[in-house]
Amino acid sequence: MSRIVGIDLGTTNSLVAFMDQAGPHVIPGPDGQTKVPSIVGLTDNGLIVGDPAKAHLIRDPSRTIYSVKRFMGRGLDDVKDELQYFPYHLHEKNGVIRIEIGDKTYSPPQVSAMILKELKRRAEEYLKEDISKAVITVPAYFNDSQRQATKDAGLIAGLEVLRIINEPTAASLAYGLQNKTQGLIAIYDLGGGTFDISILKLKDGIFEVLATNGDTHLGGDDLDQRLVDVLVDDISQTQGVKVGEYPEWMQTVRLEAERVKVRLSDEIQTMAVIELPTGTYEKMWTRENMETLVMDLVERTLAPCRYALKDAGLTVSQIDEVILVGGSTRMPLVWRKVEELFGKKPHSELNPDEVVALGAAVQADILGGHTKDLLLLDVTPLSLGIETMGGVMSALIRRNTTIPTSAKEMFTTYVDGQTSVDIHILQGERELVKDNRSLARFQLKLPPLPAGVPRVEVNFLIDANGILHVTARDIRTGEAQSVQVKPSHGLTDDEVEVMIRDSFQFAAEDIKVRQVIEARNEANAIIVATEKALVRGTNLIHGKEAEGIRRILQQLGEVKEGDDHRLIRAKIAEVEKTTHHLAEVLMDATLKEALENKKLSDVIK
Amino acid sequence: MPEASEAEIMDHQHQGTTTARELPMARSMCWHCQSEVTGEYLCGQCVKVQPLSKDLDYFACFQLPRLLNIDEQQLEQTFYELSRTFHPDFYSTKDESEKAISLGNSAFLNAGYRTLKDPIQRAEYLIRLEAGAVKDIRSNPPADLFEEILELQETLETFRQLAPNGPSSDLEALRIKLQDEREHLEKRQAEMEASLQNKFKEWDQLQGCAPLPSQAREEKNTLLRDMQEILSNRTYVRNMVNDLLETTG
Repeated sequence: MSRIVGIDLGTTNSLVAFMDQAGPHVIPGPDGQTKVPSIVGLTDNGLIVGDPAKAHLIRDPSRTIYSVKRFMGRGLDDVKDELQYFPYHLHEKNGVIRIEIGDKTYSPPQVSAMILKELKRRAEEYLKEDISKAVITVPAYFNDSQRQATKDAGLIAGLEVLRIINEPTAASLAYGLQNKTQGLIAIYDLGGGTFDISILKLKDGIFEVLATNGDTHLGGDDLDQRLVDVLVDDISQTQGVKVGEYPEWMQTVRLEAERVKVRLSDEIQTMAVIELPTGTYEKMWTRENMETLVMDLVERTLAPCRYALKDAGLTVSQIDEVILVGGSTRMPLVWRKVEELFGKKPHSELNPDEVVALGAAVQADILGGHTKDLLLLDVTPLSLGIETMGGVMSALIRRNTTIPTSAKEMFTTYVDGQTSVDIHILQGERELVKDNRSLARFQLKLPPLPAGVPRVEVNFLIDANGILHVTARDIRTGEAQSVQVKPSHGLTDDEVEVMIRDSFQFAAEDIKVRQVIEARNEANAIIVATEKALVRGTNLIHGKEAEGIRRILQQLGEVKEGDDHRLIRAKIAEVEKTTHHLAEVLMDATLKEALENKKLSDVIK
Repeated sequence: MPEASEAEIMDHQHQGTTTARELPMARSMCWHCQSEVTGEYLCGQCVKVQPLSKDLDYFACFQLPRLLNIDEQQLEQTFYELSRTFHPDFYSTKDESEKAISLGNSAFLNAGYRTLKDPIQRAEYLIRLEAGAVKDIRSNPPADLFEEILELQETLETFRQLAPNGPSSDLEALRIKLQDEREHLEKRQAEMEASLQNKFKEWDQLQGCAPLPSQAREEKNTLLRDMQEILSNRTYVRNMVNDLLETTG
């Protein structure tokens, strides 16, 4: 059985982890960094992901996608308030947001798939084996569409998603494994773009989620934005320019705002330095300034905590431990607020950026059949229901019901000869249909019979991923009926199919792009080094030889702009051959110089 | 939708997928190797998980007698044990049929635990299980309660209409009136719950006497009817209390 990895697909950063006998480990990249910024850039030479894309953000913001998680499983209407903050263009097709970058259009699952592929590649390089299976985490408060979109992203990336697991519960697994905690724990998870609170009961290796609540649009991004708004106003005033009109500048401000926020978690004050073409902006910011700016946002996390406790039937004093997860919980303000609410000091021994990925790796190990003593019993975060007469939602499965779970509903006709019934599936806690999330619609086919005679039983099943499956059965004949569910904010199976195919095609292109980029980088390095060598060696070689080297160097300079990595490689080899003599001469000269300038005793030593 | 909920309760089987439903369901024979199933949930021969019986009710599933005061510790322990047997996490590497059975069994188990854990849901479920024997269970509230709630709802509506206009003495007076009414209703709810608790005890005592004399059967039916009535009235009161809480704070 091939190895299953655990992936934390975050709003701002993503990580991949695996588990071995020693426990779960996060996989670092070649630079030792475990976090891959969840950013995708389209360059003239192809797609780039992670840190290179972050650098690209300032150069070409309209072709760089960040925080795509906010758009997963959503329509344009859901995000209209935040659109102004994104430098790229969005539109909607079939209820799904589409992101325009360059002359291409991508759905959010496709962009997430690019990040997943980067993580997959990272894991494959590190583990030296093919990776095709994964557990991917999502915010606990993600609805069905958002979960399905995440699963689609996995498929498009060529990963079989064995389980969608909730981030706070993943974190609890990592903690439970570490210190064999027992009792009632609260996991407070404030990430880059989402907030979750989960209340769990840990007993004898069972991790039973009692209740969960949250806000899928509240995270570090929003905290940064508060500072960005103030900085932009300040810079615009002091420098007399409208910063907001320059997307590149806005991204420079945004990145510095994030850094200032991070520094203020450790320091009482810090200098914000922003280099813009109009001049350098410098201003001292204090932690107090920052806390005032974001106070209401942090306080917004407290109501979901109270709701979760109420749903779990608990009071704050019954909670044994409060654990902090997510990069944003590094803020001292968050610590204070959480401590005030729960009346006890929260803790976070495990790196809050890595703990979710570690937990996903533990869950992957459980699914792989290796870890047998742990079991996670999670819940569905939102009530599931159907539309009934008068635009009212009738709940079939209540929020915080342990999953998997199912509910049955009997449908019949009201008119003689009626041959179909339209069913509208919803998720949410409000009474009226319009205030809840539309998940999907489907039409139930019925035989033409007198009103009330047909009886079709529809089974709504939420699986262990928190994803809904609908089946139907004709009670009179006992036969199963096929149900074609049309998601309100999701890709259809056909669309996903096409995207998977495209993705394979991209994969081939991606490899090509990567090879070209690598060859080009090498060519650039050789050109610089050779030019330096030529300067140093002017008097050591014949003018004719130098001329020959220059000629071939120029050829390399031309070839490297092309898209054929083999041609570049061939030219590099040619340059190396031609400069062989020069290199030798220089080496001799260097040695001679070294010897001349030092006493014999120094050289021998 | 009383029809559906009845169907859900009375038809205890809960197939997750088509695959599970089309499998042979004979409890005594393994769906996979056709040998006789001797173990409780797993085939003794091929160790494949077996679909739970169609006739299984929640009490039987959790190995509990049909009582209304149950050992909650034991309930939890059984739930955890059975979860370790059925949860889809442990069938991730198995074939599709086993996955489907695990999913169906888990969904049933979870529903059962949720129902039995809550004393009110437990009682409602038990009444529906036993309802075959009880005729004319009334589900409408008695006229006096019905009228009282109707009137309260009207007052609440007036309050809702006034509220957006900002604070006023009329609004304040209404708020105080509604809060008083709420306290009164909460007291009634508590009384109902106390009397339910007594009925639960009576039921458990009756269940204790075996074999059943015909007189006890009669007594049980009366008790079931009484409990149903209190439960249904309590639901009306509780919904009203929640409405009041939401609107007037």
